[in-house]
Amino acid sequence: MSKKIRVAIIGPGNIGTDLLMKAMRSEVIEPVWMVGVDPDSPGLARARDMGIKTTCDGVDGLVPHMREDNIQICFDATSAYVHADNSRKVNAEGAVMVDLTPAAIGPFCVPPVNLQDAVAAKAMNVNMVTCGGQATIPMVAAVSRVQTVTYGEIVATVSSRSVGPGTRKNIDEFTRTTAKGVELIGGAQQGKAIIVINPAEPPLIMRDTIHCLTADEPDQEAITRSVHEMVAEVQKYVPGYTLKNGPTFDGKRVSIYMEVAGLGDFLPRYAGNLDIMTAAGLRTAEMYAEEILAGRFVPAAA
Amino acid sequence: MNLQGRKIQVHDMSLRDGMHPKQHQITVQQMVDIAVAMDEAGIPLIEVTHGDGLGGASVNYGFPAASDQEYLTAVCKAVKKTKVSALLLPGIGTVDHLKMAVDCGISTIRVATHCTEADVSEQHISMASQISGLDTVGFLMMAHMIPAEELVVQLKLMESYGANCVYITDSAGYMLPDDVTERIALARAELKPETELGFHGHHNLGMGIANSLAAVDAGANRIDGSLAGLGAGAGNTPLEVFLAVCDRMGVETGVDLFKAMDVAEDLIVPLMDHMVRVDRDSLTLGWAGVYSSFLLFAKRSAAKHGLSARDILVELGRRRTVGGQEDMIEDLAMDMARDRKSA
Repeated sequence: MSKKIRVAIIGPGNIGTDLLMKAMRSEVIEPVWMVGVDPDSPGLARARDMGIKTTCDGVDGLVPHMREDNIQICFDATSAYVHADNSRKVNAEGAVMVDLTPAAIGPFCVPPVNLQDAVAAKAMNVNMVTCGGQATIPMVAAVSRVQTVTYGEIVATVSSRSVGPGTRKNIDEFTRTTAKGVELIGGAQQGKAIIVINPAEPPLIMRDTIHCLTADEPDQEAITRSVHEMVAEVQKYVPGYTLKNGPTFDGKRVSIYMEVAGLGDFLPRYAGNLDIMTAAGLRTAEMYAEEILAGRFVPAAA
Repeated sequence: MNLQGRKIQVHDMSLRDGMHPKQHQITVQQMVDIAVAMDEAGIPLIEVTHGDGLGGASVNYGFPAASDQEYLTAVCKAVKKTKVSALLLPGIGTVDHLKMAVDCGISTIRVATHCTEADVSEQHISMASQISGLDTVGFLMMAHMIPAEELVVQLKLMESYGANCVYITDSAGYMLPDDVTERIALARAELKPETELGFHGHHNLGMGIANSLAAVDAGANRIDGSLAGLGAGAGNTPLEVFLAVCDRMGVETGVDLFKAMDVAEDLIVPLMDHMVRVDRDSLTLGWAGVYSSFLLFAKRSAAKHGLSARDILVELGRRRTVGGQEDMIEDLAMDMARDRKSA
């Protein structure tokens, strides 16, 4: 068996558990610790059943073991409120933090668009934007790498069951952070994000519509090719990332209609919005792991 | 039905819901002229916002002729007695928009969610309720989609966040008077006595007046309508008609009926790009339970792809789409056109 980079997951909820199941299949990542705060957490029990070490004392319960267990990457799947603290503590132990919360204290990372930049910059904390951002920013970038996008707008429609209490309490954070990601990573001069929650049963699979306004007449052929190439890139880590319609062209408007189905590891298939977060987080960690294994990057405390 | 002596507040929607049939192209001057005339008619409260609420300016919903800030600033300055409200849909607008609208001089903020998703409004309602003197309203859309008991749970969430008034909103114009009676009566019984209760109707089944009366009878004290019915779908409850009926029944609104009729006839009707009325497509909205502002999107996509708007709307109803999913209409039309070609 080839050498793997050892990691810890903080937050044994739905996201953390789904991430753990995906990470168990990784060729370069070995999940070692699952960190929670509740001794009766079903997520910690599941992790133990899978042979993972657990603590219910939060990150403080993990820190004393990080060096002896050679933990070089941590994932935070808790909440924005505690992320900064968690990140500081694991960084001090020389581990990279992959942030799946909306805290966004580190640079945004959307794997097929700018993961290489984050790794090249040796960032010790990278943020995964939002679920809507992971699903749509690659498409904005697919257009903006062909020609100037003056305005990028995304509409994410998600099933009610897939929207947790954290997102509900601060839905503005979703719209603001996603719009910012559409600009900074998607490459649109101005970004706009809309989220719609639908309670239909059976739950609908995540839908995303991406509208870009180009500065000049869109080069239809080049944009269509770029979009298809980008879809293929995302499909490498989210196989259920599907172009439903488009790109369609109406004057300077380019519209792309996507559906995002998850792998159904721990989260149900319709929750493509959550799956794309865990898949993107893992993809990010794998890229770091490859750099570490190749000796090009040695994560260290600042 | 005996409503003699009941006092209610009517709330005009022409300059917000009426933005839908106008594709958000009402000009600032038109808004000011209409608002001033409504002020003179004694209409106590009018809503002024992009049709899809603050921050609705988008490819998805349509870019308006002016910004929310420009509309609100101009109208708030122009009116004397009439108060102005703004609408906010979490997921589209944010608390930043809310603060901007307050700075423009609104007296009422209405925070709207789909009927099952009240908890996404906590951030906005609780902030608004802490602004001194701001009338804070929770607005549950597509209220026909869940039973009265479930609806009341959601209304109580909005009340618990700090809304001093909550609304049952028949966004699809699907409800029949008994549906309204059941929902309003249960809400009235379960909410705090001091929490006001409102009803917002659409006229897609021609039930705007009947439903609004049922709401008043069951305990609502705020009723939405729009002069000449300028609103999404077949329009809102036509306000001048409702006012005339209220007058006949002895319900006190404080509005000058003839002046309201004149505003409808002289200012609103000439503004319409098409007659806002029950046609086969707006009727389909009411029959199939579809969000009223989907109407023009379905008509456009139908024309573009050689389909029937009615077929598109029926399918949107079958899929249980909710307000805000305008992007699904063109997406669905493309699918339907492709399926028909391959059939």
